[in-house]
Amino acid sequence: MLYVVIFYLWVAILFYLLFAGADFGAGIIELLTSKKNRNKTKRTMYRAIGPIWEANHMWLIITVVILFVGFPKIYSAMSVYLHIPLTIMLFGIIARGTAFTFRHYDAVEDEMQLLYSRIFELSSFVTPLFLGIIAGSSVSGHIDPNANTFVDAYIYSWLNWFSVAVGLFTVAICGFLAAIYLIGEVADEHEKSRFIQKAKMMNIAAVICGSIVFMAAYAENIPLADWMFGNTVGISAISAATVSLILLWYFLYKGKTRILRVLAGFQVLMILGAATFRHLPNIIILKGGSYLSLIEHSGQEKAINALGWALLIGSVFILPALFYLIYSFQKNSVRASL
Amino acid sequence: MDDFIAARSQMALSLGFHIIFSCIGMVMPFFMATSHYLWLRTKNPVYINITKAWSKGVAIFFATGAVSGTVLSFELGLLWPKFMEHAGPIFGMPFSLEGTAFFIEAIALGFFLYGWNRFHPWFHWFTGIVVGVSGLASGILVVSANGWMNSPSGFDYLNGQYLNIDPIKALFNDAWFSQALHMSIAAFVATGFAVAGIHAYMILRKRDVRFHLTAFKIAVVYASIAAILQPLSGDHSAKDVAHRQPAKLAAMEAHFKTGKRVPLIIGGLPDAQNEKVDYAIEIPGGLSFMINGDWNSEIKGLDQFAEQDRPPVLITHIAFQIMVGLGMFMMLLGIFYLFVVWKKKRWIEQKWLLWLFTAATPMGFIAVEAGWTVTEVGRQPWIIYGIMRTADAVTPMPGIAYSFYLYTAVYISLSVIVTFLLYRQIKMVGKLYGTSDANT
Repeated sequence: MLYVVIFYLWVAILFYLLFAGADFGAGIIELLTSKKNRNKTKRTMYRAIGPIWEANHMWLIITVVILFVGFPKIYSAMSVYLHIPLTIMLFGIIARGTAFTFRHYDAVEDEMQLLYSRIFELSSFVTPLFLGIIAGSSVSGHIDPNANTFVDAYIYSWLNWFSVAVGLFTVAICGFLAAIYLIGEVADEHEKSRFIQKAKMMNIAAVICGSIVFMAAYAENIPLADWMFGNTVGISAISAATVSLILLWYFLYKGKTRILRVLAGFQVLMILGAATFRHLPNIIILKGGSYLSLIEHSGQEKAINALGWALLIGSVFILPALFYLIYSFQKNSVRASL
Repeated sequence: MDDFIAARSQMALSLGFHIIFSCIGMVMPFFMATSHYLWLRTKNPVYINITKAWSKGVAIFFATGAVSGTVLSFELGLLWPKFMEHAGPIFGMPFSLEGTAFFIEAIALGFFLYGWNRFHPWFHWFTGIVVGVSGLASGILVVSANGWMNSPSGFDYLNGQYLNIDPIKALFNDAWFSQALHMSIAAFVATGFAVAGIHAYMILRKRDVRFHLTAFKIAVVYASIAAILQPLSGDHSAKDVAHRQPAKLAAMEAHFKTGKRVPLIIGGLPDAQNEKVDYAIEIPGGLSFMINGDWNSEIKGLDQFAEQDRPPVLITHIAFQIMVGLGMFMMLLGIFYLFVVWKKKRWIEQKWLLWLFTAATPMGFIAVEAGWTVTEVGRQPWIIYGIMRTADAVTPMPGIAYSFYLYTAVYISLSVIVTFLLYRQIKMVGKLYGTSDANT
């Protein structure tokens, strides 16, 4: 059952990255859209994201619950040493979640809209940045349980080149996912080409940020290259991602939306797979090379079993309902945009 | 500010903020479903207008409740890492089930809010019901987790180790039922009176009277029935607390010395130093009777507990008095309203009655906050009753005071914005729903 729980944890993180990532990205795209086109982008976003908006963010709750029920030592270590980035991320989540809804449900449309939009766009950037920083920090080896000063224990645990680079990479990935997603949500050719342009831009940004991640890892002696390329699974995943990248650019020119979505999702899957395969089940790597492992530091068997069953039973309810939700609103979305 | 006090204040603030939004998220769907049902049955456009107006409020409150709930799931660890490290696996069952319930709620809300004219009308109505039922289930599960902190079970505690974990037993701890029942009814009382009060005020202002009167009538029935049931559940809770957490009951009642024929103390200012209560009304033997059904029975006082194991008496007692006082007032108002509906229908539009309801707008929520103060402060100094002290659970990170200031600023601004949005929604009712065109 432990493996079932670990699988769910991984999938919840992947889905959060894919679905909530596209949400975050929508805000980033809006931030990068010229004033002239912003209102159009905003409308597209509501139609495309509105109905599944709240559901997308549930994956984070699932992730947290799995962590504190199944792997309490890991949850507690992250909570202590990554307190500050977690808090900033939470403020981002508060700001985004509320601003998005307030903007839509304010009965009067006036200059308040501008305030909601600014908050929404800014927090759409900050939240994934810090999500990435948290993910990067957990494997960066900078968390030091023996640190003596405040700065060593609670600041340098996350403020380092590698973590920040992972943060920026996450932002780029989110923007990329959103642009790809939005291409399929508009029927107007001009709008479409605008999102295609954005998708290309974000893709280039992701590749650049990705290279910075590798450079930062090299500079800080993090064996990222070894994790990625030191084993067949990693190499195959990276090769698959590269091939899909080429295909993706081809279909970007063609404007085939379904295939584009599948390819973009596939890329994220491969990147997350390559990045985590080698060091899993060691989910937190501490200073000095010791680690917290999903297997060695999991909770007691009975707790894991109960959690596993709760997740299995939960998905019987959640997945069909979620699928039907996405399906019913997808069906009408493009038609509605005409 | 001391880090420990800051952590406790931040937790209290976050919970106190979240509880308002979750109550509304739990209860409003039932009000909407009622109005929605009446629309589908009667095709009277006032009902669909009310449903739509309420659903906008719900969207605003749900979004705020969802983010403040997400924050809480992290804050448990950010503020109390030692607690979560040990408690997480034991009382995790309600949280993992709650994850599912909350997820379903979010999905159903997507269907409901965006599903007008897209689905079969009764399927659409049903998704609204799902929002309410899963919201209620979420609430019950989270309260069960809190119940476990009051009444820990499902593990053996030996030499500082938590052994033989049984998550199912922890889920159905001794406190879960009485707490969940009391809280669920409280959510209906609080939301019901708040909604009824706002609509009553709008009727008094003579704005869109037909709309507000219809909305008032739906909310007030829920509110009145819940307010009448609540004291019964409260009585059950008090007996339960006396049995499980005698120190908490003693603090609630400011009962210092163990003895027989213990009076019920109404009001008053407890003086913990001199172990007495000033300015209180006493009903001789009242507490003994309430708890054991016997005017002469013995009730444990705070003197049975070592100094360091006693909860703060002043806060617990006053919060309890506020909760009970407001609860009683709302119960009387509820009984009176139902009587009015039954006997003197024309009284509904009497000014003084509407003013009474307007005055009661915040009462339910004040009672909810006071009630949670009783539960939480009354459990102190324990975070897991009798097992782990709150002071031992707090994060080692210094400077929590700054975090508390930040959270305070954020939650105050959010409250201001939500109030502002609600004000605008209500102000615009005439414009948005003024015509009888149901499809606008």
